[in-house]
This record gives sequence, structure tokens and C-alpha cells, in this order.
Amino acid sequence: MGIQLEQIVIQTVNGLVNGMVLALVASGLTLIFGIMDVVNFAHGDLVMLGGFVGATTMAATGNFWVALLVAAVTVAVVGAALQVTTLRPLLGRDPLTTILATFGVSLVLQKYALWQWGPSARQLAEPITGRFDLFYLQYPWYRVATALFAGAIIGALWLFLKRGTYGIWIRATTQDRIMAAAMGIPVPWVHTTVFAIGAAMAAASGVLFGPLGGVTQTMGADFTLRAFIVVVVGGMGNLGGSILASIFISLLEAYASLFVSPAQAVIVSFVVLILTLLFRPTGLFVPTPK
Amino acid sequence: MLSLADVHTYYGKSHILHGVSLEVAAGEVVGLLGRNGVGKSTTLKSVMGLTRPARGRVTFEGRDITGMAPHQLARLGIAWVPEDRRIFRLLSVLENLRTGLDRAGVDDARRQALLDKVYRAFPVLRERQYQAGGTLSGGEQQMLAIARAMMLEPKIILLDEPTEGLMPRMVSQIRDIIGLLNREGVAILLVEQNVPLTLEVSRRIYFMEKGVVRHQALAADLRADHAVIHQYLGV
Repeated sequence: MGIQLEQIVIQTVNGLVNGMVLALVASGLTLIFGIMDVVNFAHGDLVMLGGFVGATTMAATGNFWVALLVAAVTVAVVGAALQVTTLRPLLGRDPLTTILATFGVSLVLQKYALWQWGPSARQLAEPITGRFDLFYLQYPWYRVATALFAGAIIGALWLFLKRGTYGIWIRATTQDRIMAAAMGIPVPWVHTTVFAIGAAMAAASGVLFGPLGGVTQTMGADFTLRAFIVVVVGGMGNLGGSILASIFISLLEAYASLFVSPAQAVIVSFVVLILTLLFRPTGLFVPTPK
Repeated sequence: MLSLADVHTYYGKSHILHGVSLEVAAGEVVGLLGRNGVGKSTTLKSVMGLTRPARGRVTFEGRDITGMAPHQLARLGIAWVPEDRRIFRLLSVLENLRTGLDRAGVDDARRQALLDKVYRAFPVLRERQYQAGGTLSGGEQQMLAIARAMMLEPKIILLDEPTEGLMPRMVSQIRDIIGLLNREGVAILLVEQNVPLTLEVSRRIYFMEKGVVRHQALAADLRADHAVIHQYLGV
């Protein structure tokens, strides 16, 4: 059985769409890791929380975009509260303590979702219902819109970091927390804000992903794992690297599923992770250290 | 203006400062001399809130600042220029300066005046303002570290070995900027290995040994009589 050109094109589009949603999750994760050396094991659960808040809001208002905004803002506030109560007191301690803390937060969020929303999946209705012809498929415009929207959010984040005072504060704190504080930058506040931004981006991914894969109380672990792989492959704390790695790995998985079942195609990302750790542990998409 | 009273500081379990007491008056340049590892840099860090004193008091303008957060101390008017410069390597020169410049109450005219002042003192920083801090030479990074501290319009600068590893021409530029800051009424607590420079720019000198201040003298007296220097520094 030969692989046809059409299938390759379709899988390229699929890979790019999945890659952009993953990039949205991973940019928050890498930003948080870069600035406070915290691997946030609850990151995927913030995606899940965003999905549920979005689903609830959508049920109440019927408007997807309102749901997206409400979910992002709500989860940003939750994220800020989590950072202040659990991570701020642990700053500068053994990284193991923050791993345990975020793991605990992850469990709490999952059980809260189970209690609040139950074990069944919620499917969000697509806000854009149109289809276009892609060879033998009726491809949903919503999937393309998702990729563009995720790209727009990441682009906005990039501009925010590159221009303006707060971007300088965040980058300075990422590079040297102590010197940043000595320059009068309110480092604890910067940490909380970055965590809130990362949480909001995770929530946005959850809502955007809702119509594609549904929202379940256990979806977080998968997002955390995939985002974590991408962040390691892209170079820990490296925003551009994480985005490239998201697209790279998602494309590889999409192509692999031409040959094997999608469930087996996931193996590709682990292979890439292992190869990266073996041969280029600083990350695939970072300049070679001099 | 700044005073330390019986400050004890630990790094983990090792006792670094064994009760340091010293004072800096407003607008005064004070040198802090001593051999390597006697706690000079730790003294500066203890003022800046980077290592919390286990015992003793640090007061600034009559206010107890012991254990205050560094960013609050910076806002009060204390600036720190660390020994290893700690330039934000991935930020441009201008962005490095803006870490101290982008704060409440600085209008556009004052921003420009502050930038012009450091660019006059260090013209090379203007030339390189859009270049990443990490691409500067060691001497240029030192200038940037001092210029960055000046952006805070501090009342006192804690200056840690500014001439370490610099070429003589750069050393004289550092000397000039210390003089300029002093004329503007900025107090400086200067840690240095370069004894002649320290004696030249300072009014008073403290000598540290094994985590305590052993002796203090007027720089003018030390210039005339090297016996004390010899006793504490062995040079």
C-alpha cells in the first residue's frame, strides 16, 4: 500500500493544527520554568480547568468566544492564587519540593473537576462550522482557525515580552533573579504574573481544544506529558525552541500515523525525547553553546 | 546615612560576618579594604538584602532595613554593582539600563537626562545601545553595570571591585565616574583590591579581617603613612 500525496498534505495540516495547540500549552510551561525553575506538573490540569470553565460558560452564554475569555481570566486568577500560596514559599528550595507541590496541585484540580463536573466528557460546539474541500475530506475551518488563533496568542506573548517595561522585567528576571531584584524589579510580583499568563494560555488551549477532543477530568496528564516532552526537546526555558519543537513533534506524529495507529504514533515523541536527551541534552532548537 | 551595627551573616552553616559595624555618611565615599575572603562582598550583600543577617541591624536614613527585600531597597535609593557585574546578557544595553529606568515617577525628560548623563560618561554605551549586553567586553560590561545602577538615581552605590581585571585606561574611566558621582552627592561604599585608587577616591577607609572591621582611618592619613596598609593587607 503506497502513501498518496493527498494523505501527506492532510497529515501536514493536521500536524500543524495539533502543533499550534500544543505550542500554546508548552509556551506557558517553558515560560514558567525559565523564570522560576519550576516544572509545573499541574499545567495540563490548568488546560483541563480552562476547558471545563469554558464549557460551563458556553452552556450559560452560548458564545464560544466569551467562554474562551472567561476561561482564560478565571484560570489566570486561579493560577496566580496557586503560585502565591504554594510556589512562592518554596522559591529557591530544592526543585523536588516544587515538583511535589505542583503534583499535589494537579491531583487537587483533577478531583475538584470530578466533584464539580463529573466523570463524563464535555464536548464544546465549534464556533465556526464551515468545511472546505481538502482532497477527499471535508476539512473543518475551525481546525485551521484554532491554529491561527493559537499562533496569534503566541505572537501577542512574544510582542509583550519583546516590547515594553513588563517584557523587560520578565526577561531580566528570567536571566538573573537576584540582579533583577537589586534593580528594583518586584520579582515576586513578576513570578506571579508570569504564572498567571502561563495559566491563561493553558486555559485558552483547553477551550480551543474542546471542540476537537472534548474535555475530560483526566485530560491534563496527557497535556502535561506532551508539553513537557516538547519543552525538553526545545530546550528548557526556551520559548522559540518550544514552539518549533511542538510543531516538529506534532508533524512527526501525524506522518507516523500514516503507517501505524495514532495511539502508536505517540511513540515517536518519546523517541525524539530520548534521542534529544542522549545527543543534545540542551535542546534541539537552541544554538550550539560556544 | 547607612549604618551597620554588629551584623552577623551566614552562608548555610559557615559564619562569614562576625559582627560588622560601619557607617557611611551622605555623599561620602568610603573604602572597604581587606584580603580575599574576609567578607567584604558579603557585607555589601547583607546591606542589599541578598543575604539576610542572622543578627545585627542595618539602618538607612534612620530606618531599619534589616531583612527588607532587595527590590524595596533599590526603590529606597540603594544600588548594587556586583563584582561579577551580572549584566543581563540577552538584554540589549538600553534594556539593561531600562531595568532601572522604567519605574514610577520618572517622566520622559528625566529619562532622557539620565540616559544622556551615562552616555556622556560612557560614550561606548551609546554606540552599543541596541547590542546584547553579553557581547560587550569586560570593561564595557563594567561601565554598563555602573551606568545601570545610576539609572536608579541612588543615594548610595555599593560598588564591588569595579576595576578588577580592567585595562589601565578603563580604570581611569572608573575613577572619573566615581568622582562625578561623588560631586553629585552620591555616597559610595567601595570594595577594592586596587589600594592606590581606593585611597585616592575615598574619604575614609575601613579594614576588614576575618569577618569583622578591625580598623578605620582617614584616607589622607593612610596616603602619608603606609604602615597600616601593610599591617592589614601585607602590601
